[in-house]
Amino acid sequence: MQKVFGRPEALADVPTHYCPGCTHGIIHRLIAEVIDELGVRERTVGISPVGCAVLAYDYFNCDFVEASHGRAPAVATGIKRASPNSVVFTYQGDGDLASIGAGEIVHAASRGERITVIFVNNAIYGMTGGQMAPTTLPGQKTTTSPRGRDPEVAGHPIRVCELLSSLSGAAYIARVSVTSPANVAKARRAVKKAFETQLEGRGFSLVEFLSTCPTNWGMTPVEALKWVDDKMAVYYPLGEYTRVPEVG
Amino acid sequence: MAGKVLMKGNEAVAEAAIMAGCRCFFGYPITPQNEIPEYMSRRMPEVGGVFLQAESEVAGSNMVYGAACAGARVMTTSSSPGISLMQEAISYMAGAELPCVVVNIVRGGPGLGGIQGAQSDYFQATKGGGHGDYHLLVFGPSTVQELVDLTMEAFDLADMYRNPVMILGDAILGQMMEPVEMRKRPPRADLPPKTWAATGAAGRPKNIITSLYLDPAKLEKHNLRLAEKHRRMAAEQVRYATHMTEDADVVLVAYGTTARIARAALDRARERGLRVGLFRPISLWPFPYEALAAATAGASHVLVVEMSLGQMVEDVRLALGDTKPVHFYGRTGGMSPSPREILDEIVKIVERGA
Amino acid sequence: MHEEVIFAGFGGQGVLLMGQLVTYAGMMEGRNVTWMPSYGPEMRGGTANCGVAVSEKEIASPLVSEPTSVVAMNRPSLEKFQGMVRPGGLIIYNSSLVDVKPARNDVRVVAVPANQIADEIGDVRVANMVALGAYLGVTGVVSVDTVLEAMKKVLPERRHGLIPLNQKAIARGMDIAAAALKAG
Ligand SMILES: Cc1ncc(C[n+]2csc(CCOP(=O)(O)OP(=O)(O)O)c2C)c(N)n1
Ligand code: SF4
Repeated sequence: MQKVFGRPEALADVPTHYCPGCTHGIIHRLIAEVIDELGVRERTVGISPVGCAVLAYDYFNCDFVEASHGRAPAVATGIKRASPNSVVFTYQGDGDLASIGAGEIVHAASRGERITVIFVNNAIYGMTGGQMAPTTLPGQKTTTSPRGRDPEVAGHPIRVCELLSSLSGAAYIARVSVTSPANVAKARRAVKKAFETQLEGRGFSLVEFLSTCPTNWGMTPVEALKWVDDKMAVYYPLGEYTRVPEVG
Repeated sequence: MAGKVLMKGNEAVAEAAIMAGCRCFFGYPITPQNEIPEYMSRRMPEVGGVFLQAESEVAGSNMVYGAACAGARVMTTSSSPGISLMQEAISYMAGAELPCVVVNIVRGGPGLGGIQGAQSDYFQATKGGGHGDYHLLVFGPSTVQELVDLTMEAFDLADMYRNPVMILGDAILGQMMEPVEMRKRPPRADLPPKTWAATGAAGRPKNIITSLYLDPAKLEKHNLRLAEKHRRMAAEQVRYATHMTEDADVVLVAYGTTARIARAALDRARERGLRVGLFRPISLWPFPYEALAAATAGASHVLVVEMSLGQMVEDVRLALGDTKPVHFYGRTGGMSPSPREILDEIVKIVERGA
Repeated sequence: MHEEVIFAGFGGQGVLLMGQLVTYAGMMEGRNVTWMPSYGPEMRGGTANCGVAVSEKEIASPLVSEPTSVVAMNRPSLEKFQGMVRPGGLIIYNSSLVDVKPARNDVRVVAVPANQIADEIGDVRVANMVALGAYLGVTGVVSVDTVLEAMKKVLPERRHGLIPLNQKAIARGMDIAAAALKAG
């Protein structure tokens, strides 16, 4: 039986630097709980992104590697191929994964790389102070889209789950949020399935979290959760993205 | 101070580019230069220019390559890790002889490093950075005004030599505010027309822009022609400033922000009656080898100060050989030397060296 | 005249603005000026500071390593910067939030209950202006009139409505300075 309120063993007992109301923290916790539940902490290697979660290596109680901006899936590939018994996960923001790292993530998925990707989509660049992200919604104001994102000029937001689920190597892809206890429970199940997919050797797995950035959205934590439900979840529907069957 | 405005270095560099006629900006966020793309995202639409946040520095620098091919005045800016990613495009632009301006607001490295100011990209900027036999013009401004003036001029020099020009700043220069006069500076009238640009072969033979020469004899010839151009750049673009070097016993050599800190140390040293001078290279490539030798001819010691563990000091040693001791003091990783630390070094040298 | 001052506090206390106002006003009065902020992720909820130099002479280093004055809006800032002040210099601290006395006896120390006064005049967010008023009152680096002029340039137009309240806050800070100067 797992404890509900205790600190997971896979989570370090240190304060984090995340802003009040930021959901990076709860996402960390869900991952740590799943790692504990599956009993794989001592086999797990995490990969930090360049982004607000860059210090994740301090927050998880397992081996961790820091990658350069966007290259975590390539680093993960190297680790997994060299050490197939390791449980390898990356933790990446939307700028890291869908902008500078768009090439690496597509190819890791298409290769069916046996890694798990936790993709934290907060529709903005948090770490660098609120610039436009590839997932910034149309009309959303950021410091580099001061008049609101204009898809004519700045392109359309990228739906990562939909994009990657078209690749045959992608074995498990889901989009979740943590805006309510029910959503948190669903998110936890998705993370577990993703890790199980890796453990069973079935291929690439990714869980996209719709996450908050109250600081750079200029909102209170409560407003930010509501914005995830009302705006983000409309553009980015929650759910599992079924796997395209392998052909040939 | 009539006509001066108070501006952050980063914003000033952006406005300077616009005033020099830059109408295309491609970039990607990175601290400590985010104010540049942010400023451009507001300003470019107002002047009918292009601002585009690229998906990466790799893409952004190749967008610069493209816009330069089309004959535009184009700039990109970044900080150290992003500049590393641009090295491929910079090498291609140097090879294909394309004009552009690249600004590096340097932060501490290596790797992800930190976000405080540093000068540890000197080698990368002046000794190649990317692959192949090429050189950039590299300038190291030390005030916001100089940053503005050199940025404006950089566009002309890029067009004149058909070569990328780099402004090597640092996080302190980018983040600080200082009064600056924004003098409008239209492109020089004597610049060669961009007849080589890929704008459509209407009524002329087609233009090809490439850095590929499969025949080694032809590639060698191309390189020799580039080298000839580099020699011209080196002869024509040497810049430096000196302060109280005439009677100096110890000459400090420093560039960029560090030169200002060194200047503060110099003032204190002079108050104590120590004969200290300052030589400040402004062009880092071409490095002012001869001017440095001349300015330090009467000195018994040279002290190089950098926000790195010693990069420019190699050029100083190259300039001075073993004519006199060349000492070095550096802080790194985003730490900067304080005037007091530099003064202590000076005192040590004077006491030891007498 | 050569003044090098550090304004420090936590993010959100408006310490960067205090520095910008002095810098802008210094420029308007024909002096050489520089302003250098702290920046980056540590600003979020953490500490913020800026170093300002105002001088008749050309300013060599924009980095303030041995300030003539420090204005500390919270305790961590006081603790971090008080040791750097030049002998004979000035420490102004926000006694509403700092419950210790500065550890220096070779500098002038002025306690300003900035939050309390700001609260009294209606908005705790102008605590920075109270402290700024005290700083201007003690040092006279730039005139209050110029600072108010500078405010129009530095604040975005939508915040110009705050200027009268800021003015009141600065005046209250000046009163404290006057009392401190009289007391010697
Ligand atoms: C090569 C390179 N380019 C840019 C940066 C600057 N940078 C740091 S984090 C970041 C983006 C962060 O956004 P995101 O990935 O969405 O994560 P978040 O901070 O929102 O969690 C950028 C552009 C860098 N460190 N390296
Ligand atoms: S800046 Fe945004 S994403 Fe980063 S810790 Fe703060 S709230 Fe979270």
